[in-house]
Amino acid sequence: MMNRRIFIKKTAAFSAMAAAATMVPGILFAHEQKHDNPASDITWHKAPCRFCGVGCGILVGTQAGRAVAVKGDPNCSVNKGLLCVKGYHQIMCTSASDRLTKPLIKKNGKYVEVTMKEALDLVAAKMQETIKKYGKDSVAMYTSGQSTIPEGYVASKFMKGAIGTNNLECNARLCMASAVAGFLTTFGADEPMGCYEDIEHADVFVLWGNNMAEMHPVLFSRMLDNRLRRKNVKIIDLATRTTRTSKAADISILFKPQGDLAIANAICYELINNNWLDKNFIEKHVVFFKGKTGLGYGLEDKFAFKDEPEAIDFDQYKAFLNDYRPDKVEALTGVPAKEIKYLAALYGDPNLKVVTYWCMGINQHTRGTWANNLIYNIHLLTGKISQPGNGPFSLTGQPSACGTAREVGTFTHKLPKGVVTNKKSRELAAKIWKVPYERIPDKPTYHTTEMFRAIDRGDIRFIWIQSTNPLVSLPRTSRYRPALAKDSCFVVVSDVFPTPTTDVADVILPAAWHIEKSGLYGNSERRTQYWDKMIEPPGEALPDAWMTIEVARRMGFAKLFPYSKEKHHEEIYNEYRQFHAGKKHNMAPLSVLKKQSGAIWPYIEETGRSTLWRYNSRYDPACDTTKDFDFYGKPNGKAVIWLRPYEPAPEMPDNEYPFWLNTGRVIEHWHTGSMTRRIPVLHQAVPHAYVEIHPADAKRLGIKHNQKVKVISRRGQTVLPASVNDRGLPTPGQVFVPFFDENMLINDTTLDAFCPISKEPDFKKCAVRIEKV
Amino acid sequence: MPIKSYIVFPSKGKKDLLRQQLASLAGCEVIPALNKDVLILVTETFGNHEEDALMASLEKIKEIEHLSLVSGYSDHAIHDHNNK
Ligand code: SF4
Repeated sequence: MMNRRIFIKKTAAFSAMAAAATMVPGILFAHEQKHDNPASDITWHKAPCRFCGVGCGILVGTQAGRAVAVKGDPNCSVNKGLLCVKGYHQIMCTSASDRLTKPLIKKNGKYVEVTMKEALDLVAAKMQETIKKYGKDSVAMYTSGQSTIPEGYVASKFMKGAIGTNNLECNARLCMASAVAGFLTTFGADEPMGCYEDIEHADVFVLWGNNMAEMHPVLFSRMLDNRLRRKNVKIIDLATRTTRTSKAADISILFKPQGDLAIANAICYELINNNWLDKNFIEKHVVFFKGKTGLGYGLEDKFAFKDEPEAIDFDQYKAFLNDYRPDKVEALTGVPAKEIKYLAALYGDPNLKVVTYWCMGINQHTRGTWANNLIYNIHLLTGKISQPGNGPFSLTGQPSACGTAREVGTFTHKLPKGVVTNKKSRELAAKIWKVPYERIPDKPTYHTTEMFRAIDRGDIRFIWIQSTNPLVSLPRTSRYRPALAKDSCFVVVSDVFPTPTTDVADVILPAAWHIEKSGLYGNSERRTQYWDKMIEPPGEALPDAWMTIEVARRMGFAKLFPYSKEKHHEEIYNEYRQFHAGKKHNMAPLSVLKKQSGAIWPYIEETGRSTLWRYNSRYDPACDTTKDFDFYGKPNGKAVIWLRPYEPAPEMPDNEYPFWLNTGRVIEHWHTGSMTRRIPVLHQAVPHAYVEIHPADAKRLGIKHNQKVKVISRRGQTVLPASVNDRGLPTPGQVFVPFFDENMLINDTTLDAFCPISKEPDFKKCAVRIEKV
Repeated sequence: MPIKSYIVFPSKGKKDLLRQQLASLAGCEVIPALNKDVLILVTETFGNHEEDALMASLEKIKEIEHLSLVSGYSDHAIHDHNNK
């Protein structure tokens, strides 16, 4: 066996080589790693990565009951053996010294260790007591796009099927709700039509408000690799800030915040006025609609909105676009008309295959649904959709925002298939869950922001938070932290580590981490991936699903949760699969997922194949075979081009608060940092947050790199070191802060405005001022 | 003690000079990256004192524009495993 020191030295070198590849051109794939890596006595187990929505396949090396190494899975088509820095180091957080291993109950203001039985008894008793006193809608669950599919499924069955309340939400509301609303309004069915294989076919990549080099680094590397191999490939970065992505792109186009709505319409104006259209496609597969305008921003409690779609014709749509001539849009967006024309020419060139990628820039937007619709408009006008290398592709942030949050449906309005307002969906759920149909309420209750407002108002009296850290990730935590700390709400938090959210809990339940339980995730490309438990969780930690089942049983729902402790994840997945039976969403059987690194739904059992491109009858057997394309999510099989105007952001810089504040992430840290800040190498790389300021603004304000400054908004403030000319470069008049740092809570300053259709908050735009400390 | 890897961004036009400088430091191994703009540096030191001294030497090199730590393994991790 090779000396461990040499093994580690090689691993360290490979990590750096792979990381270099993810930042700038060049790539290292697993066969190169394998070539030099020593054989050892380590046993390797496959799993999807714990962190982001790319869903890379990992191989975890275990030895004597411990996880000792991670490498990329060369057999996983997502990453072909490559991982980013987070991926390589993920298992290191499991041994953090402050790991939660024992249940804790707050007694007289102090946490006391109790047995798991005692803790779960208390959770069940409190939930029951609250329901008895205040009604079903006084209890809530808030889960995660990082919950496994079985965990999300039992939470839904427990809340909607057993208790009979729609008070179930998840943190994917904060990142993917606009993508969902965009898909549903345009196509009538959620999730992308294409897959990652598009990367190898496309000629042009338009990255729209998305720093892929840091947020989806492995996909970005695949794209760079494609550009290296095929000389004509272009990457266009369309953003409000210069990032590592912009630096690696062929062209970087910067636009003013909220300008994206106008740019997309201007591109459509150009496509129509230059006749760069696929007329045949439009005629056969597209209809035109408009909705309400002047929607508001959800800033007030109990804000309500209902869209009123109205069919229009092509000429009305064309006339609407006259307001978006590139020269008119230039002033609004800061993007020169010639750059908009250039973009339109790329989309409009029938000889170029174009993929558009986006993520939080488009989704976390007070007009997020519109922004998604507008990108689809471009691809529908040009017919560049549902074909290899041609398509709009909404990327996910979390590892199972698709698999769990969206497909299982851990939102107030959703069921595992369909929505609560649909009678057929409720009937199907009642049948599979074996509960009375009447028990599932037909009205959604609280979306995420409104759920935490309801806690503040005293309307919600009990909440169980699983696998997420809302007191770092919600917008306007300056309101919701004191709200959650109020005595009026009993707070249960299940997590792996202590966080600012466990700090306010009445009960803290220690949760098993990723490889300490079996589970399934669903990534951005509709790929469902399974993994087996590899090591034991520490102390009394349990999988979230099992804790939910135990509480449900204590509350008298034992019959609905007949699963076994050892195999519950399998039994739950098999039950859940029934919801999606049929050609349009068939999920691969567990026996297949155990063997291979995931399968993309709709999974075709007869051939054992994934469906790589939906809605195209050449690839998707769910299509009407008499048509070339069939957008079967809509009853008429046609996708919708939406007339969606530009509307301003709710809060813009002014004399008092002269800067736009944009928030986001860095490659080293996963979301609120509760895991990655406990991985020494990642923590050392970026030990704290910072505020990026444009050098000209910094000079004017007399601020130097690393100098402490205060970021102040109408809602709160936080102190951070300034970052001038370092990793990213905001435009003048804009500052950027990553949100991973619980000691520098930037979300104390953000605004809880949201898209009235999707209810997803906008973390990218509010007004702040900067003061020297 | 620890083994660490870094991506090293050289100052403009100084990559070759930097490679030589790094390679001459004790405990440093320089690997060319597929990406021609950067270097990969793997360091191995024995004891806190050596690690601090190496850090001080790296900080003095003007040809380093930016050093980005990628991976780090403590002595504990290495020995813990070897002793099993
Ligand atoms: S790109 Fe995402 S899924 Fe892949 S290794 Fe990195 S964090 Fe994990």
